[in-house]
Amino acid sequence: MATVRIPTQLRTLSGGAAEVSVDGATVGEVLAALETAHPGFSARLFDEGGGLRRFVNVFVADEDVRFVDGLATKVEAGQTVSIIPAVAGG
Amino acid sequence: MASTAAASFVQGLRCRECSHAFPAEALHVCEWCFGPLEVVYDYEGIAKATSRESIAAGPPSIWRYASLLPAVNDGAVDLGAGFTPLVRADRLAAELGLGELWLKNDTLNPTGSFKDRVVSVALARARAMGFKVAACASTGNLANSVAAHAARAGMRHVVFIPADLEAGKVVTTAVYGPSLIAVDGSYDDVNRLCAELASEQPTWAFVNVNLRTYYAEGSKTLAFETAEQLGWEAPDHVVVPVASGSQLTKIAKGFRELHRVGLLTTEPHVRVSGAQAEGCSPVATAFTEGHEYIRPVKPKTIAKSLAIGNPADGPYALEEVRRSGGGLEAVSDQEIVDAMLLLARTEGIFAETAGGVTIATLARLAAKGVVRSDERVVAYITGAGLKTIEAVAPVCRPTATIAPTMDAFAAAFEGVDG
Repeated sequence: MATVRIPTQLRTLSGGAAEVSVDGATVGEVLAALETAHPGFSARLFDEGGGLRRFVNVFVADEDVRFVDGLATKVEAGQTVSIIPAVAGG
Repeated sequence: MASTAAASFVQGLRCRECSHAFPAEALHVCEWCFGPLEVVYDYEGIAKATSRESIAAGPPSIWRYASLLPAVNDGAVDLGAGFTPLVRADRLAAELGLGELWLKNDTLNPTGSFKDRVVSVALARARAMGFKVAACASTGNLANSVAAHAARAGMRHVVFIPADLEAGKVVTTAVYGPSLIAVDGSYDDVNRLCAELASEQPTWAFVNVNLRTYYAEGSKTLAFETAEQLGWEAPDHVVVPVASGSQLTKIAKGFRELHRVGLLTTEPHVRVSGAQAEGCSPVATAFTEGHEYIRPVKPKTIAKSLAIGNPADGPYALEEVRRSGGGLEAVSDQEIVDAMLLLARTEGIFAETAGGVTIATLARLAAKGVVRSDERVVAYITGAGLKTIEAVAPVCRPTATIAPTMDAFAAAFEGVDG
């Protein structure tokens, strides 16, 4: 089980929940399980090519998955996957 | 937090990517595609209400351009940001082989950087919306500015910085009172933390997160002032430091808006060039390699105020530079220090490391012929040197230390004056 942290912008999809627990061994699997549990997430997170939208950042244990293996980044049981809007700061 | 009456010419917000419309509330990201939101203005209304004369009759601050900003002047917040000098820089121009060079000396803002412009707008808007707490993720300059403006406004502030910031930036934030939170990590880590916190603390005005749409607009005043100070003409070429990329895109937008509302009579064609440090150059790298996509980096540079490895507006800054025919360079730490010294020696302006990045980039672009000697050029010096004294301290020392006697002075000065 991994914990997915949901940003406010997407909480209408998770019934208001800030965190959702789903199974998955990689970021891709975790996000697919999230879509199954709460349909609608994939349309918001992925572009037409199936990659993460350019303004969506995903972190596993506080590390940007773009610095690791992208959607293939491994997720250990108990780790937190955070979905965070990229547009912030500066 | 509920919205309150919008500033007079703000009609709403719109996603820059998918054009989805939103009300003018504390929103910064499109909930459909995560693109950044932009303020939508009634430009016809602004044009009718605004003239060169009405601006000249306004205060000597960013608020003389209030009709083009998404907030109304709030005296409780205002420390007098903006309307900083635009100075002709002939001695520096001669060193760089340039002709008409101007420096926008934004070191002279209330807390010593351009951030006072954006914070002034963001907190004026935040107060109008009813927020009582000001917060931000900062590389230092923003921390200074948010803490100072919040103190004046009697707002609580919670300011987040990377723990390894320059001492000057820590002290000049903490002096305004609690809370300053130093985070073990890079700016991008701090930014990520604040982006998450903003979801859990909806009653806090994070100026560069949930208030970012309004905040970023404050940088347009760098273009407004430049045009007004040039006698209501646009320059041919501007050189701007790039951290998140917001400032560069807003300066370009500012010149276009002046034309749109009739304050510039001819359509400006301003070439926009960007400046980054080698140790954090995701936008310059994409430019050089011809990519559309900005690959995030882990920064390592003395230009800490520009050390954003994952720049939110990087794609837009890149697009602006390409479209306008500008350039983007990444300069080394040694070039940054040398340029800080050159600027100080030739023009009497002591800039922080970001100013060194800008001048070093200007030198590179001039040498390459991207910035030309027949252009009217403006370089933006966005922060004061006292904030990053560490960068030049090793090479800026007394020329001689002597006994208080005439002979000792003569002996010491002989070699120096030669």
